[in-house]
Amino acid sequence: MKLSNLITKRSNWVIPYVLFLILFTVLPLLLIGVYAFKSNDGGFTLQNFVKFATQSEALNTFIYSIGIALITTVLCILIGYPAAYILSNAELNRNKTLVMLFILPMWINVLMRSLATVALFDFMHLELGEGALIFGLVYDFLPFMIYPIYNTIQKIDKSYIEAAQDLGANKLQIFTKVIWPLSIPGIVSGILMVFLPTISTFAISEILTLNNKRLFGSIIQDNIMMSDTMNYGAALSLIMLIIIALTSVISNKEDDNINEGGLI
Amino acid sequence: MTNIQKNCPIVQLTDKDCTQRAPDIPGAVSANNISNDKKTYIIEIDHVSKWFGDKQVLDDVSLFVKKGEFVTILGPSGCGKTTLLRLIAGFNQVSEGIIRMDGQDITQIPPHKRPMNTVFQRYALFPHLNVYENIAFGLKLKKVDEEEIDKQVRSVLKLVGLTDYEERNVDSLSGGQQQRVAIARAIVNKPQVLLLDEPLAALDLKMRKDMQLELKQMHKDLGITFIYVTHDQEEALTLSDTIVVMNKGKVQQIGKPTDIYNEPINPFVADFIGDSNILNGIMKEDRKVQFMYHEFDCVDEGFKKDEHVDVVIRPEDIYIMQRNQSAMLNGVVSTCIFKGVHYEMVVITDNGYELIIQDYNAFEAGEEVSLIIKPSDIHVMHKERYTNTLVGTMEDENHVTILDETFECLPQEGLESGDEVNVEIKFDNIELMDDIEDGYAAGIVSFILYKGNHYHLTVTTDSGEDIYVNTNDVWDDGDMVGIKINPEHLKISKRV
Repeated sequence: MKLSNLITKRSNWVIPYVLFLILFTVLPLLLIGVYAFKSNDGGFTLQNFVKFATQSEALNTFIYSIGIALITTVLCILIGYPAAYILSNAELNRNKTLVMLFILPMWINVLMRSLATVALFDFMHLELGEGALIFGLVYDFLPFMIYPIYNTIQKIDKSYIEAAQDLGANKLQIFTKVIWPLSIPGIVSGILMVFLPTISTFAISEILTLNNKRLFGSIIQDNIMMSDTMNYGAALSLIMLIIIALTSVISNKEDDNINEGGLI
Repeated sequence: MTNIQKNCPIVQLTDKDCTQRAPDIPGAVSANNISNDKKTYIIEIDHVSKWFGDKQVLDDVSLFVKKGEFVTILGPSGCGKTTLLRLIAGFNQVSEGIIRMDGQDITQIPPHKRPMNTVFQRYALFPHLNVYENIAFGLKLKKVDEEEIDKQVRSVLKLVGLTDYEERNVDSLSGGQQQRVAIARAIVNKPQVLLLDEPLAALDLKMRKDMQLELKQMHKDLGITFIYVTHDQEEALTLSDTIVVMNKGKVQQIGKPTDIYNEPINPFVADFIGDSNILNGIMKEDRKVQFMYHEFDCVDEGFKKDEHVDVVIRPEDIYIMQRNQSAMLNGVVSTCIFKGVHYEMVVITDNGYELIIQDYNAFEAGEEVSLIIKPSDIHVMHKERYTNTLVGTMEDENHVTILDETFECLPQEGLESGDEVNVEIKFDNIELMDDIEDGYAAGIVSFILYKGNHYHLTVTTDSGEDIYVNTNDVWDDGDMVGIKINPEHLKISKRV
């Protein structure tokens, strides 16, 4: 009787999801927060953050990671936007499978793709290192840039383009004055999908640079793996989380202004 | 009949009696008028056809628009009216024919170089720009200097009654306000021709009425040519100098609102514009027409003796009074509904016809009444057809293929299998079945005309041909039907 009540009442259906969220999202976040402010002997401390600000290794890696992420993101936009534009333009592309081909790599495991990149570089006798890292990151994340932009351009109402034509815009002006501004939400989505994950990447950078160049994700991983620096690792994670949150908030505001959604 | 449809557009602009005269001298009149009045037309649509794939949406449309005119293209959805407007704007290319502006061929000119602007059905205001930027869009492209843009945008905002809305986001505006911005964005460019694609369709009734008046006023103030597309006949009658009635990709009639209303050229126009009683009649002689088993005096002439015709009488033109033995027509009121200003009554006449009548006086259901119709209120039209005429092929002496299906027929002597034949079938001799499987061919009811005591249906068959059926059964537009014809009703003759 009681159990059947529990099941039939619609508001109870949400319980499993709430439990899941608490167990796997809220609790870990709280733990990160707690550990970040804990010293090795168990007391409250800000030492972990001071260490990040003063110790050059973590800070340098952090800045380096942001640099790599920026380069990757810019390259993804430069390559991805024209690709998305061509794919979404009915005159240039009538073939839906072409879109699939561009999106396909998204479904293959990142590690596998990175290992494939290593094999490719070996085959072509190219040195692994920073160049390989950027190549690998762009290759890995390009679909995540193309897809939201493609989606956004695809959804632009054709009547806007006709209205622009009607008001005297030629092909170039239609692009600069209508399509480009209306596709910005897609670009913002793409940036979120590329920039943030790149900062926290560690496996890709280790594989493609033979562990010579380290990204912020690697530093976090190193510290968390060792019991005496786990609290420091937690503090680094927290810093990254805050950056992710800030970026999301800023881009959300941007999104509200323009009012069209991309992938996120 | 095709002749009338083709030529009427050309004739009407200078000769409002075209509906009567066109059949007598097809071609001759039109040719003269084009060459004489060429200079006064701002837009000329010259025998334009348009296909999308293998579907023809416009069939040999000709239309000539004078400078400063308010022309409305009117028709049911799917009649090709929006396509015609898009061809004028240049968003689609014509398949055949020529479009001229000020005498210059503009058929190949891309839309951004045509000196006309469009008000779109869903407004198509740029969501990333505010009201001011939307309106300034066209002027900025023309590199007009900032001060001038500012002046023009403000003056046009004032014209559409949206002063102080410059900085507003277009999404925050109501439908009516968005509509005004869309109009402002178009007219600020001072186009020679303004194209409007059902601009009021998305507004509610009250707002629509207000905007109609404002549009009419704007047209008067600006003095530019308006080409307006709508499916709302009342809107067309209210706004236009000239109405172009379209159906199935063809121009049916072009004329002034009063002419279209009072002298519709065929049952479609009579039925589409306003309410009407459409009846079968026979023209006995000039100014004498017989319908509802009575001979009436009328004012129409020029028909053949005993020609079968369609008769149109508007509901407000039938006088209704208490039973009076000397009246020509007697009947009984079956329903009476108050319509705000007048009453709308359905009267069944003693000889079995159902008529719609509008009058300021109410006669209750069941009341016995008499009716009078004045000669000048009877409008007589040529019939578009008297029978179905189809082209078919003999299969063997007992079977013929028409409408892409095989029909049984009576033994045909002197005809061999494979012979091309004409097949005639009377409207009354076609049976429509609920179940498609019961018929020899299938089709969709595409137009229904009530003829007072029976329905005259247009059925579009799967082969794409139209057949016409008289029936007493009630069908709805869009019903799928099976088509059955008894063998003795197929009148077959060899094609020469």
